[in-house]
Amino acid sequence: MTRFTKLAGAVSGLAIMLGATWAQAEVLFWSTQARPVEEAQAMRDNVLKGFEGGVDYQPNEDGPWLTRLQAELEAGSGSIGVLGGLHGSFSAMNPDDLVDLDDLGVVSSSETYNTLAKLGTDHLQYVPWMQASYIMAANKQALQYLPAGADINALSYDQLIEWTANVEAATGEKKFGFPAGEKGLKHRFFQGYLYPSYTNGVVRTFASDEAVVAWEKFRELWSHTNPASTNFANMQEQLLNGDAWIVFDHTSRLAQAFNERPDDFVAFPAPAGPKGRGFMPVLVGMAIPRTAPDLDAAKALVSYMLKPETQIATLKATNFFPVVNVELPADVPPAVKAAGDAVAIMSASPDANPGLLPAGLGDKGGDFSRVYVDTFERIILAGQDIRSVLDDQKAVLAKIMQDSGAPCWAPDAPSEGACPVE
Amino acid sequence: MSPRYLPYILILPVTLFLCAFFLYPFLLVARQAFLSDGGYSLQNFRETMGYWKFSISLQNTMLLALAVVPVQVSLALLMATMVSRMKKGRDLVLYIWTIPLGISDLAAGIIWFAIFEQSGFLNSMLTGLGVIDKPAVLLGYQNPLLVFIAIALAEIWRATAIMLVILVAGIGLIPKEYYEAAEVFGASPWQRFLRITLPLLRPSLQTALILRVVLAFEVFAVVVALGGTLFPVMMGQIYSYQFDLQNAGGAAALALVVLAISIAFTLVILRALRVPKGATI
Repeated sequence: MTRFTKLAGAVSGLAIMLGATWAQAEVLFWSTQARPVEEAQAMRDNVLKGFEGGVDYQPNEDGPWLTRLQAELEAGSGSIGVLGGLHGSFSAMNPDDLVDLDDLGVVSSSETYNTLAKLGTDHLQYVPWMQASYIMAANKQALQYLPAGADINALSYDQLIEWTANVEAATGEKKFGFPAGEKGLKHRFFQGYLYPSYTNGVVRTFASDEAVVAWEKFRELWSHTNPASTNFANMQEQLLNGDAWIVFDHTSRLAQAFNERPDDFVAFPAPAGPKGRGFMPVLVGMAIPRTAPDLDAAKALVSYMLKPETQIATLKATNFFPVVNVELPADVPPAVKAAGDAVAIMSASPDANPGLLPAGLGDKGGDFSRVYVDTFERIILAGQDIRSVLDDQKAVLAKIMQDSGAPCWAPDAPSEGACPVE
Repeated sequence: MSPRYLPYILILPVTLFLCAFFLYPFLLVARQAFLSDGGYSLQNFRETMGYWKFSISLQNTMLLALAVVPVQVSLALLMATMVSRMKKGRDLVLYIWTIPLGISDLAAGIIWFAIFEQSGFLNSMLTGLGVIDKPAVLLGYQNPLLVFIAIALAEIWRATAIMLVILVAGIGLIPKEYYEAAEVFGASPWQRFLRITLPLLRPSLQTALILRVVLAFEVFAVVVALGGTLFPVMMGQIYSYQFDLQNAGGAAALALVVLAISIAFTLVILRALRVPKGATI
């Protein structure tokens, strides 16, 4: 070995050591949210920069996110400081693995969210971080085909079906877009929108006669839906390329369309069925794993994230709305404005029938959603008989509820013990 | 040091590496597959194999392997024979043919998706030529056959090169004298291929087939990119058990099922293409 290579080796070794100690000082924020590169960068530059001590913001797919967390928990020591994830990700965990956060003194301004964040225990397991919802959006070219007398801010499912049929008749193309792809959030549509609107329930009414009607209506809507929907996951793409004119999706999965061409699209509330206008929030939280290397720094970061100015910066970076009361500034991006208005109209509508996120399912959250996705695939894609599919899937759902012992949540009527499938 | 121990010392690092990063994790997974609710049972197998999509995904995986592997064998044989006959530009052609090998499965899937999608290359080309009026949805749920063909095409494009590389090396090992002798006796090119190349290529063919068949049972990313949920395969089920359902036991059980199938096919190929004792090139 020459003197030069020896020297180079020593220098790089030193650099690695320094790098390691430098990384130690920052809090590792291990998140499943704000994954797109622009959003992650905006989180680092505009949201987390103000935190003293520095933050290493690392967004990841759910799989790797969970794998590393589980490895650290099993090893009993780790480097993750703060976890960011959906309510569903946290509810699938063992609450003992998360540090109780009651003494932080920061909570969201929604009692419902704070209760959800206890994950069925007596203590706060995560702190609500930001929220969103699912809404409808349309290309302005589609507005001329609205059925006569229909108010876009108070549509019914029948009017939506008629509207999509009109569009198909006029353009010769099926222009309704539905996120039915592998990564699409279709299950939330069934759990939070279709079922509450038609049956005023999600679990109890799973195989009711009203549910049969709901699926018949959805089948009708599907007949005017772009058949490529089984590959769609972020409806903003299809809005922008014109493959779909009327779509349903998560607010942050529509944002790009509004931000790129704010004058071309409108956002509006989800439609209503016989039992009201069902809709569902999306709740994102922050938790601290019991293996966090620096508990104080992690707690300080969680508190920092709930400050009003951080919440507004987060809104601008991710299009997710604050969970604390803040005055929205005038310069919010177009997508935030459009989605915010639609959500406000939706929740203030006289027939609003808000649902809650599934709670108490523990590690059965994935199985629960699979019941609805399977039902969709069998009834709509495979064209099987609605009644027999529902009766078949009902047994699977009943077993999940029995195994997890989860009580009913709104809009289902409360239950003693596990929520029954009637 | 005694030269007797040298080979063992030389393979020691690889052995240690495999033990630490393959054998040990494998044992953990195997244990996990039989572990449920704190006790050992077949519960995970019952649960995953009783799920209605299990038989569909098993069938799809098998069908895909059945459609893809024979085409790849013939293509790879054809390409390998062509390459070995070339006097000039042999390396260049080989490089070009093996490009798909350097592309990740997912990227390959996305490339083919860009071709078949509604606003993709195929549709734009067909509309541009006036064959169809407006872009059609090709990869929709109502065209399961088209979805299958698209996945098969992408797989053939992506993974034929791995067999090609092995077969080219194998053909290079066959001594020229056999061909010269055959020519003297007036054997046609086809006869030479059947009587000399194929039999002497047996060991390479065996390796290539085993590698390819095992990989065919592990097909995942290409299917996800092109078929989404329309074409469930075994690996997709394993992924969904591990990450969507967070049921590591179920995923481990299914992984063992795939392993069992791979081992079974490997044994069949080993037996079918065995080289008779004492036979050498």
